[in-house]
Amino acid sequence: MSDHIVPRRTYYLIFAALLVLTAVTVAVAFLDVGPLNTIAAMSIASIKATLIVLYFMHARYGSRLVWVFLGCGIMWLGVLLALIMSDYVSRGWTG
Amino acid sequence: MTETHPGLLHHFDDAAQQKEASTLGMWTFLITEILFFGGLFAAYVVYRTRFPEAWAAGSHHLDITLGAVNTAILIGSSLTMALGVHSSQIGRNRLLIAFLILTVVLGGAFLGIKAVEYHHKYEEHHVPGPAFSYPGPIAGQVQLFFALYFAMTGMHALHMVVGVGLLLNLIRQARRGRFTPAYNTPVDMIGLYWHFVDIVWVFLFPLLYLLGRH
Repeated sequence: MSDHIVPRRTYYLIFAALLVLTAVTVAVAFLDVGPLNTIAAMSIASIKATLIVLYFMHARYGSRLVWVFLGCGIMWLGVLLALIMSDYVSRGWTG
Repeated sequence: MTETHPGLLHHFDDAAQQKEASTLGMWTFLITEILFFGGLFAAYVVYRTRFPEAWAAGSHHLDITLGAVNTAILIGSSLTMALGVHSSQIGRNRLLIAFLILTVVLGGAFLGIKAVEYHHKYEEHHVPGPAFSYPGPIAGQVQLFFALYFAMTGMHALHMVVGVGLLLNLIRQARRGRFTPAYNTPVDMIGLYWHFVDIVWVFLFPLLYLLGRH
């Protein structure tokens, strides 16, 4: 079996990074920086998700095919959100 | 690893191929889950864009401390799950069982706190339906916020309950000594599922609790 064994130290580091990022996102939420609040919150959430996918879920050591599938999923999520929003924001008559 | 391993099914050439197929299948399932939750996220984004005041008002009624504590608990459960997979890879069965139990305990703690939050909402009449009450002209829009809050966190909690069930089954199998460094695919796959549910919460927490807080 060709399992890639990630050292335990990596898991502890990722765990610490995730906790720090959670603290940062809570702290930023109490500052009023206009639209930057949303951008900061979503950027931090994306970084946390990426860390989980790459290390906890071993995607970093996974096959190319897993990468392609994962990319497809994220791309279709983007299509879903982008096309729905392009419809809503371009229809002034819905009020 | 030889072809005689009881975990190897006859339609695979070898264990590595079987593992690769399982992993790809699990990721495919998780991608359908991304799109499933994606529909809920899309509804959230559409209505947040249209009713920003109601969304800000609604998130002010959520308990940010409980939300943050639950985030930390869930991240902790992902760590114990990852360490469980690690233990099975190096053949430490007792450690595997301990980490799986710890993951179940943390998952249960998350659900317990979620239940406390739901109870608060119930007492404050913030559960959408006939008993819903909110002062002011945007009551209907705030009700929509809470409808999405319950739909999104409810679907997430349901996934957690399923995850806890899967983990209990894993513990049962691990106690029988089913998992070895040569065959631990179920531990690995349920780990992927557990981490995915964690990721969903990583996005739900800022979207529902944090935005519009300042």
